[in-house]
Parts: sequence; structure tokens; C-alpha cells
Amino acid sequence: MSAKRLSEGGRIDRSKRIRFQWDGRAMSGHPGDTVASALLASNEKVLGRSFKYHRPRGIMSCGVEESGAIITVGEGAKRDPNVKATMQELYDGLVASGQNAWPNVRTDVGSVNSLISQFLSAGFYYKTFMGLPPFETGKGTGIWMWYEKFIRKAAGMGRASREPDPDQYEHGHLFCDVLVVGSGPAGMSAALAAAEYGLDVILVEQDNELGGDLLGQKGSDIELRRTELVGALENAGVRIMTRTTAFGLYDYGTAGLLENVTDHLASPDPHLPRHRFWTLRARRTILATGGIERQIAFDNNDRPGIMNASAGRIYLNRYGVLAGEQVVVATNNDSAYRCAMDLSDAGAEVTLLDARAKIPGRLLELIGDRGITLMTNSAPLSAKGLNGVNSLEIAGGKAGGWRSKGKEVCDLLLVSGGWSPVVNLISHRGVRPVWNAENCCFIANEPHEGICMAGTAAGIWNTADCEDSGTAAGEAAAKALGKATGSGGASTSMPAVGGWDMPIKPLYEVRIDGRKSKALVDPQHDVTTEDIRLAHREGYVSVEHLKRYTTLGMSTDGGKMGNIIGLALMAEALGKEIPEVGTTTFRPPYTPVSIGALRGRSVDEHFRPLRRTPMHDWNLAHGATMTMAGLWHRPWYFARQGETITEAYIRETETTRKTVGLCDVTSLGKIAIQGPDATEFLNRIYTNPFAKLPIGKARYGIMLRDDGFVMDDGTTWRLSETDYFMTTTTAHAGKVMVWLEELLQTRWADLRVHVTSVSEQWAGCAVAGPESRTVLKNCVNDPSVMEDSAFPFMGVIETSLKGDIPCRIARISFSGEMAYEAYVPSDYAHALMEMLHPEAVAVDGCLYGLEALGALRIEKGHVTGAELDGRVTIEDAGLGKMASQNKSYIGSALRRRPDMTREDRPKLVGIFPVNRSEKFNAGTILCKKGEVSGLGEGWITGVTHSPALGHWIGIGFISGGHEAWSGKTATAADPVRSKEVQVEIVSPHMYDPSGERMYG
Amino acid sequence: MIRIKCPFCGERDHSEFTYGGDASIVYPALDASAEEWHDAVFLRENIRGMQSETWHHVNGCRMWLVVQRDTVTHEIRSVRPAHEATAKLFAASEEEVA
Ligand SMILES: [Zn+2]
Repeated sequence: MSAKRLSEGGRIDRSKRIRFQWDGRAMSGHPGDTVASALLASNEKVLGRSFKYHRPRGIMSCGVEESGAIITVGEGAKRDPNVKATMQELYDGLVASGQNAWPNVRTDVGSVNSLISQFLSAGFYYKTFMGLPPFETGKGTGIWMWYEKFIRKAAGMGRASREPDPDQYEHGHLFCDVLVVGSGPAGMSAALAAAEYGLDVILVEQDNELGGDLLGQKGSDIELRRTELVGALENAGVRIMTRTTAFGLYDYGTAGLLENVTDHLASPDPHLPRHRFWTLRARRTILATGGIERQIAFDNNDRPGIMNASAGRIYLNRYGVLAGEQVVVATNNDSAYRCAMDLSDAGAEVTLLDARAKIPGRLLELIGDRGITLMTNSAPLSAKGLNGVNSLEIAGGKAGGWRSKGKEVCDLLLVSGGWSPVVNLISHRGVRPVWNAENCCFIANEPHEGICMAGTAAGIWNTADCEDSGTAAGEAAAKALGKATGSGGASTSMPAVGGWDMPIKPLYEVRIDGRKSKALVDPQHDVTTEDIRLAHREGYVSVEHLKRYTTLGMSTDGGKMGNIIGLALMAEALGKEIPEVGTTTFRPPYTPVSIGALRGRSVDEHFRPLRRTPMHDWNLAHGATMTMAGLWHRPWYFARQGETITEAYIRETETTRKTVGLCDVTSLGKIAIQGPDATEFLNRIYTNPFAKLPIGKARYGIMLRDDGFVMDDGTTWRLSETDYFMTTTTAHAGKVMVWLEELLQTRWADLRVHVTSVSEQWAGCAVAGPESRTVLKNCVNDPSVMEDSAFPFMGVIETSLKGDIPCRIARISFSGEMAYEAYVPSDYAHALMEMLHPEAVAVDGCLYGLEALGALRIEKGHVTGAELDGRVTIEDAGLGKMASQNKSYIGSALRRRPDMTREDRPKLVGIFPVNRSEKFNAGTILCKKGEVSGLGEGWITGVTHSPALGHWIGIGFISGGHEAWSGKTATAADPVRSKEVQVEIVSPHMYDPSGERMYG
Repeated sequence: MIRIKCPFCGERDHSEFTYGGDASIVYPALDASAEEWHDAVFLRENIRGMQSETWHHVNGCRMWLVVQRDTVTHEIRSVRPAHEATAKLFAASEEEVA
């Protein structure tokens, strides 16, 4: 028997009971408990299994460095693996389970891995990848795949849920004068000092209460001081954020904060986000992030029942749990004396091992006549007991090493190997921490970018000194920000580093040469002292390599538990001092950040907003099935009763060619280009001449990039001397707009041109087919404007529709039929369709969608974004005659580079199946007949059934173009779908090549 | 995490801007040789330190800006409108204020 809840003491509310489930069993705790403290109070020893060897693990700490009690919380979609039981607050109905064990953590089949552990040493994964000499046949990935099946089953952390995350997350921004991270004595004092100078201060604390170390100390005077400070902070207007972790520091005084909003609640308000991700910008930052107590490496130092000395004290003073009855406290520094005293006062039988030989009188006075057995010059050597420590073999110091000096029965072993100030955050800013040999820790106390350290994070050990250092840091921040000037200014001086009565004795490992041991350095990744030495023997000298080879410090605690011991052992193996070995780089996040918090609200339609045209509802009401085109929703086809998509688009295509079809083309980009130099501007960006485009005419244009490849195509309409209306493809609308702005602002500042995106202002409908003129004639106020003589091919008119709806119409054709594009201000979109549609129906016309639009344009060999993919020259697209020989324009110099004018470049072609009854797919590779290999000779970008031709046709690119393939058969290969079709390569103008219908 | 002081909008988060490129490039005349264009389009210095670059306030005023930025520290020394005549107007009005 050992751990138990005491009848009084601590910050828990014994009057209320919280019920929860652990590994399928009903348990209970109290408000104020964490899962760890509640399980400890119930004397649960084994809470997890280790990563590689499945060693039993219990609670090792009381904070974010926890490496033993790593559990899964929640069920179903809300299952969250790798939660530190020490950080998870208890709530009613919480469901938790152990990880990495089957059937459960107490009886685990995988623990057999312990028996083969010599094969799972440092670099195991790398070695299996490289093969196991001398069995060279087993080289490489083959042997890895053989091993992998077994390794995967046995190793690993928890399992994430595979269901979509049902929770919401938020992003927010914060600004303040001074950010204080950590609310221990130093942090609270710093925040208070800065706030008292009238500065806007934010204090963040990862815990659920302010106080830091004060929460784990005993005595009413301590609690009095804490509440006094909290009250003063509130009065001074400090913005306090608890359950909030500053996980990273970035440029410009930016801190990343993760606020846990609901993880501690049984039934949170459904409107609350689970986490908030804050981007905070502070003018000054004070890091009062405290310290983390270190372990010492000795045989079986990871057994359940072994934890940090400070944790044993916190479980007692904060949670009212006495973690053991027969306790050994092992230390190499002063800090564990308080722990020994508190546990002794609570009724435990305490033996205190101090690795130091002489103990100063003040410490002896402190422990007084409590009956604590003090053994100096002593250290832990080997823990006994598999699922819970039951005794400890003790080492006594001798010249140059250790000897065994007997056993001590115990049910709890508390270890203090010294303290590591939390310097992670300032390291994120590129600051290299400096080794302080006297205190055996890395510190980073030089202020950098307005960031400074305070309290234990600065290597200051005593509570009173911590308060002073916080006050000094707060005053310094105020001074730097122009407050605290003159004689009334900063007065507190920064205390010196350290503060113990007697120096710490450097002690990282206790072992006796020649004796086998299993001493863990990084318990989460099962990295042992032997692994470090093995890595050294195998030639690793850099800590960065050591880390990657052994995986030391790469587990979910980020090396908080074992990094320093690892460095010390490496230094010893290399015969160097720790500073010469250096430390690895700390990187954000300090503690894990949920993926949900990173994405915030950027999910579904918030990630990919839906763009609807002003005709959206009208289209839906008229039977449209919609499809995505970029962010746009566009009509795909308008099925009539029982029609399939194929039947529908074939009917729409046939109807359009026979009578008339209407299609929503609003998603095209539209840009107003205005100003005295608009003509010159267009003439520079388009490959074809625009200088002499008459008013009332439109022209199809191609624009290139600087490097000579095609950027986009579209029509530009001249409305007046100085006013043009440009259309772009749907896909490139945004890009073209940015490009025009760049040219006008950075290159051609002398051109007096203004560009304005008017895509949202104009709604458009294509009216295509032999009856298109009839339809529009019946809609315009003055039918004479539609006469062929008044409105020829490529003509533009600005007129009004019945009801005086303003309208601009161009006679342009993407379908190859006589066709018009009519645009009205967006508010009139519905009215436009209401007017056009009955007129179209009256002449047996119909609505058509993207699928029919595709069929019509493929029959004609017209290009879209699928063809203009950024790798295509104007010649490749078959539009070479649009490249003017008489002027220079963007891309004209570089489009003539040798590789871009090669004869065998893939060129736009049409594709027919040799056997006209066969079908093939877009995305198919075109190869020489029977030579299906490599990249082939080309590719297919679009495929449709052609009602006009009566068979399937395609559009795509093939080396040399259709002339090079006349009389030859190519193979359209689709290896993914195991399909090959023999095809003929033809001109891309597959239907009405002379364009008679269009000029109609 | 860069913040850019847009001369038109004030200090804004970098997420409102898109990066353009090297602002020191002088693009040749449209009828210049392919060699000149090749150098302007493809040759770039990989500067460690202060660099002149263009940024577009694409989710703001849509103005192109010339930003002097240290590629190591992200320190921004100056921001001005890329459009030269506009930049001159700004400089003149700043002098007036001074
Ligand atoms: Zn702006």
C-alpha cells in the first residue's frame, strides 16, 4: 500500500465528487484534481507503457514535462491521444485510457519487447533501412517492410481518431505593451510592476490558477501572499489569461498563444470553441517561465513510483495526496529538503539521500528533529520492483565513482537532479543559452529583442529573489517604454543567479562500471544511457546528430525531461565539458498545439469560400446541377426528367447548334481599363495589335508572361476613346488583375491608365446558336441595333433591354455558332434571365451548362485553362498568327528562345478514336503506337462526345502537332485504368473549320 | 509575422500582402534583346541583409510598395509606394510636415 488522499489540506474541494472512467473502470476525484492526481489518490501505479520496450510507466512529474502518464482522453471523434495526465483537469464523465498496451496497461503482451531490447538500440530504424550487415541481401526498404509489420504493432504512441473533428476552433489577435509569461512569484511581480506604471499588461499562465510554484508550497502565509498578488493584479488592470500557453516567440515581438477553452469542462457551451489560437504582439516580453526539475539516470529510474521531488511535494500540498508512505528523497541540491520536510510532516517515513558530502548547518536546522534519516554522499543506484518500486539499492560515493552500500525499502522515490530554467521561448528567437557551471543549468539572461527573463527561468532559486527579479524586469520594461523615468523610476535591482545555501553537485548518472543497467535518459522514447554511449562509439560527436540518431528529446515532451542528462553523458563520452558540446535548438511549439487550433475557422466554406453568380438561384430554380469551377459554383447541366448527365449535355449541345442556348458566363473576370493611355497599355500587354481597335468593336487577345509563355486569353471591348472592358478566364481573373496593377505601378508609371475589377458588377449570359439574334432582338428596346449590318461579328453595343435595363452586348463566340455575350449590372441578372429564357424557349432553345460548353468548345478546338497551363507557348496553342510581327509586347523577347520554338514541341491537336465507337479519357497520355512508356509524346486535356461528329473526340497536345502525325496512329494510354485506345491525330478545328456558322 | 507600414493604410499584418520580387530590377524596353530580358527575368541575387523588394497590398489598398527588408532579421527600414510619382508626392508631403 502506498499513495493515499489525506483527509485535509490542498486546493481540492472534498465536498464534491467527480466521477470518471479509467481504462473502463469507474473512478472518482474532486474539483481541483488532474487525472494524474486523482489516479495517484486511488493508488493507480501503472498508467502507461513505454514506446519501444513497453516498460510499465507511472506518474513521473506534475507538469508539462510528464513522460510516463501519457494517456488518451475522450471517445469517438473526440478521442485525443498523448494527453499528459498531469495537465488534464478532471471533469464529470471524463473517459481516459492508457496507451501503447494490449489488452491494457497493467497486463501488456507487448512487454516481451523488453526481452529483445538489445536489438532495439540507438539508430535501430536507420540500421534496418540500411540493411543488417553482413546480410547484404536484406538491404534497404525490403527488410524494413518485413520488420515494419511487427514494429508498427508494438511501437507508437496513442491512436488519433479517424473521424472528422467535431469541435470548433478560433483565431484571435492581441496587442499589449508588456507580455508576461508565467504567473509564479516572478511573473506576478513583473506584471504588477509594469501595470503600476500604467502599461497595458497581459499575463498568460498555462495552469488553471495563478501562482506557479506558490500553489505547491505549504502554509497559510504563502496562500495569503498569492491572493494578495492576484488581487493587486486585478486592481491594476492586468489582463489575465489562464489555461493559456505561450508556445512560441516570433519576429516583431509576436507570441503564439494557445488558450484551452473547454478541455476541462464536462458539458461546454456548444458555442464555445475548444481552443483559441492567439497571435499576440507585445512591445516588451518578460519570460517568467520557471524551471523544470531534472531526473538522475540510474538503473530502472523509470519505474512507477519514481518521480521528481517537486512533484511529490506538489501532489501533497496542492492535491492533498501523499504519494507514498516509505519515501526516499534523493538529491544533489538544496531544493529537495523542503520536499522531504513536507512529506515527513504529512506522516511519511522519509530517508533523504544527498549526493553531497557535507551539509551546511542551515539545511540541518531546517529538517530539524523530524526523524528524517539523512544519508550524505549517497545516491540512488538501482530501483527494484517491476510495476512499482519496492526498494532502492543505494550507492555511496568513493574516490572516482560509486559503490553499492545496501538497500532501503520504499514505495516512493523522489529525485532531484537539479533544475533547468525554461529558456525554450527565448531560444526560439535564436538566442543560444549559456551553461552556468555553478548552478549546473543553461541560462539566457541577456535581454534580446525586448525579451527578458525573470525568476527561476533566469536561474534564480528563492521565492523572495524571484519576486524581486520580477519587479526589476517589470520596471525595466516600463523604463524601456518611456515610463519609470526620473528619480521616481526603476529602483529594484536584479538578484544574482543561484541562491542555494550550498552549491549543487553535478550528478547526471549513477552507475558502477561493469554492472549492467537500464537507465533511461528520455523515458518517452526509451533512450537509455547505453544508447548515448553507443551513438558515441559509432562516431556521433555533434549533439544535433546525436539527437536524431537516438531520437533523444524528439518525443512529445520535446526533451524537457532528458536533454541535459543526454548532453552531460555525451560530454563525458567525448571527454569534454557541457558547454563545449552545446545544446540542441529549441523550436516551437513549447507544448503541443492541436491541428484544429492551427486551422481555426479555416475549414469547409471558410477555407474555400463559395462564389455564387447573381443568377445562382435562378439557375437552380431552372433545374441546374452545379459544379465547382475554382471557387465558383456554375451550372454543370440542366437535366430534364430522367436524363443522365451525358444525355443532358448532348441534348444541350445539339439544341444550341440547332436553335439557341443560354449559359451563365458571369464567372469570367471583368476589368475596366480606362484612361488616355489605355490603348497603348493594351497594345503592350497583348500579343496582337490593339492600337487600331475601333470604338464599338471587341478583339480576342492573348497575353504572355515576361518569360514568353501564355498567361491568359480573353476579349477586350472598346467602349469609347479611353474606356475598355476586358474579360479574362474564370481561373486567371485575380492573377491578371494583380499583373496589370504591377505593370502600371512598378514598370510603366508614366502611363495614365486606371484598372478596376468589375467582375462583381456585371452579370453575363452567353446567347449562342442560329436563333441567338432573334432572341436578343425580342429583348432589346430597339430591335434595329441587332441587325447584322449594325452589329457585325466582333461588334459591341451599349443599349438597353425592355424595362430600360442597361446592357452591353458583344457578338463573340466560344461555341462556334453565331453568338453574343450580354452583360447587365449584377442587380439585373435575374431580370435578364427572365427575359431571355422565354424567348429562347419560344424558338425551341434551352439552357446549357459547363459540360455542353466544353463539348461546343472542344469541337471547335478553342482553348481554356486546361490547355493554357503555364507551359504552353502561343504557337503550341495553335495561335501563333496572333503574335504580332510589327510590335513589341510583354513576352515578345523571350518567347523566341530556342527551346520555345522547337518544331517537335507538343502542339494543340484534335483526337479521334480509330474505332469511332470507342471512348477515351481526359488526362490520358499519348504515345507512339505500341510504345507506351515514359512521358509519351503528349497528353489529352479534354474529351467529349461530339453530337456534331457522332463520336468521342478529344483535345490535347502532341509533339510536332497534327501535321507530324498525319497517317500515323497514336496510342492513348491510361495505365491507371488499364486502358489503351488507338487514336488518330487531327486538326484541333474539328467542326466547321472555316467558321461559316459563326459569321452566319 | 512581419508588419508592414503601408503608406496608404498604416501598419498592417503581412497576411494582407503578397510578396512580389526584387525591386531593384529595372526591366528593359519591350524591344530590348532576349539577352537583356533573360538577365532581368531570371538572374537574382540571393541577398543576406538589406534587400529592396516589392510587396502588393492585395487585401488592402491594392497598391504596390517598395520595402527595404533585412532578410536575416526581417527588420523593415523603409516602405514607399512603388509608383514613382506617387512616392514623390509622399516624400514631399512628409517634408512639409517636418
Ligand atoms: Zn495599403
